[in-house]
Amino acid sequence: MTLHPTSPQFKDNAHGALRDPNLQKALGFVRRGFTTRRAAAVARLPEMEELRDAARDLKNHVLANLDLYLERYEAKVIASGGHVHWARTSEEACAIVLEICKARGAKSVTKGKSMISEEIGLNDALEKAGLEAVETDLGEYIIQLRGEHPSHIIAPAGHVTREQVEADFRRVHTDLPSERVLTDPASLLAEARGILREKFLAADVGVTGANFLVAETGTSIIVTNEGNGDLTQILPKVHVVLASIEKIVPTLDDTATLLRVLARSATGQDMSVYTTLSTGPRRAGDVDGPEEYHVVLLDNGRSAMLGTEFEEMLRCIRCGACMNHCPVYDAVGGHAYGWVYPGPMGSVLTPSLIGVDQSGHLPNASTFCGRCESVCPVRIPLPKLMRHWREREFERHLSPATVRGGLSVWAFFARRPMLYRLATGVAMRVLGLAGKAKGHFTKLPLAGGWTDYRDMPAPQGQTFQSQWRARGRA
Amino acid sequence: MSTSTSTSRADILGNIRRSLHVTGTERPRVSVVAERLAQSPQGPIPARGQLDHEAQVELFKQEAERIFASVVDVASVQDVPAEVARFLREANLPATLRMGSDPRLAAMPWTDTALALTQGRSDGDDLNAISHAFAGIAETGTLALVSGADNPTTLNFLPDNHIVVIAAKDITGDLESVWARLRTFQGKGEMPRTVNLITGPSRSGDIEQTMLLGAHGPRRLHIVIVRD
Ligand code: SF4
Repeated sequence: MTLHPTSPQFKDNAHGALRDPNLQKALGFVRRGFTTRRAAAVARLPEMEELRDAARDLKNHVLANLDLYLERYEAKVIASGGHVHWARTSEEACAIVLEICKARGAKSVTKGKSMISEEIGLNDALEKAGLEAVETDLGEYIIQLRGEHPSHIIAPAGHVTREQVEADFRRVHTDLPSERVLTDPASLLAEARGILREKFLAADVGVTGANFLVAETGTSIIVTNEGNGDLTQILPKVHVVLASIEKIVPTLDDTATLLRVLARSATGQDMSVYTTLSTGPRRAGDVDGPEEYHVVLLDNGRSAMLGTEFEEMLRCIRCGACMNHCPVYDAVGGHAYGWVYPGPMGSVLTPSLIGVDQSGHLPNASTFCGRCESVCPVRIPLPKLMRHWREREFERHLSPATVRGGLSVWAFFARRPMLYRLATGVAMRVLGLAGKAKGHFTKLPLAGGWTDYRDMPAPQGQTFQSQWRARGRA
Repeated sequence: MSTSTSTSRADILGNIRRSLHVTGTERPRVSVVAERLAQSPQGPIPARGQLDHEAQVELFKQEAERIFASVVDVASVQDVPAEVARFLREANLPATLRMGSDPRLAAMPWTDTALALTQGRSDGDDLNAISHAFAGIAETGTLALVSGADNPTTLNFLPDNHIVVIAAKDITGDLESVWARLRTFQGKGEMPRTVNLITGPSRSGDIEQTMLLGAHGPRRLHIVIVRD
């Protein structure tokens, strides 16, 4: 694992993040941009809730039959002239990609945005082997220049301000005239576009991720806005697709259901600009496209999640909505989570993939407000899954004694929903009365780490659960 | 597949089966999967695109314009070159155009214009390109293009300005209708090497969530709908 997790230091990370003014400014853009756009896109589609149900059911069907769909998918890729490689671990996946590069004598590799590449630490592996790895998604390119990792699964540079991007470009693009103007986002984009064009045209191998793998046809699908993923995969002689095993979808019609919820949940678009379906290498008569087409299927702990209480997490289509709507993510950003996947989905997935001992605090990085679950396009019960991890963590006695004391009380109530509602109801009314005068608290007992940096809104005198019911949604 | 990845394959499939408590040979599972693959059942289809054909064409235009494509109708294929020349002129672009070997494009009266045509894939030196779409989707203003010498995929991404011709009759309501056309064209379970679903010009929101057009792909997407 090349990305050494700092998840165990979540609390320290979070403190640092709250004190970082650039980060706090950048996070404001993420919140305002994504949440308002998603709401507008959903308001335009009366069928959204029905589609979310269908997306959930479809992913459950895939997971229950994953072995059979994978076999079918593999057969179809091979029939279309492609290659399928199976990787149990990150190390195996990196070794496979290196092998493919070596066989073609590759020197330069362009990369479309791929979270699997981050998960397996592919850039480090390529660079150690003496290959140039170039991230081509604008956000990924920016953080590669900064020597950082993505802080968001769809907005990798969501933690960076434009002034920081300008400084990075001036530091790295030293061939360009120093008096050039780079103050607005358009000039930054134009500069990156020019530089990356050269890289696209010179690359020997292009590596992309996949949003979906279609068993019916042996097709991999990427969904992007910039077009960098497409230039990555059509220009070099070799296209390598990195995908985890749960990306399988039975048929093209099933992808339609997932596409309808994906972009709306992610960026608030009805469709992303480029949805690209790729099936095998260049055909007879083609004048462009890759000569070789490889798919690396990564497990890395996922098969062990099947059949457990965390299986539902494998429905995730990586839209990012849960982090866009999470008050904890909004306060501390993605890097505080300390590994590849941040936000609520990361709090559930990270312990499954790297072990709860490496990520113990993450399932606690939650206010249990439930907004993540309310926007998840495949209806993953994220708060419930975080609770499962907290219970496991408690059983393994990985928490400090004070947390254990608090949790045991919490677990007692949590297992008795009637009592929980009653107890939190009483507490909320007390807090509601106490905070009425100002509408918020600037200090809460036992929550200093939180209220040092922000105000706790005074409860309106009702719990989330009772308000939800009152609005007829429960 | 090397030996090591074949061991990995057996391990991964074995782990999945152990976790699911299945063997992979259960008749009910095998037949449910085979049936789904054969029948490709449809999910919920939004009402938005379920209109009569004329209304679908109108919706396609509206949706494409909403996501920053420009759209023009012409009465017949004979009118396409003049429209392309007008578009390039009004955008102050050079009168050059690259295209693949699509016979529908080749048959258009290009010599009536002063456009300098070149043919083939793009190597990154072309400012303007034209392609013929396979289909359009009214629900989202999306174009579907298929790869091949007729319409090389590089033309969809490398030039700054991409012009796409679509016959009004190829505009459908939804994605599902495009899958159906692909199955008719290729056979069920078969696909062209690349299908590009394109919804507007290239964009990025990676710098402070500011939406900018022309990230790595075309800055302009101009759609010409041929009515006849
Ligand atoms: S958990 Fe749900 S909301 Fe979060 S990224 Fe995955 S699919 Fe999106």
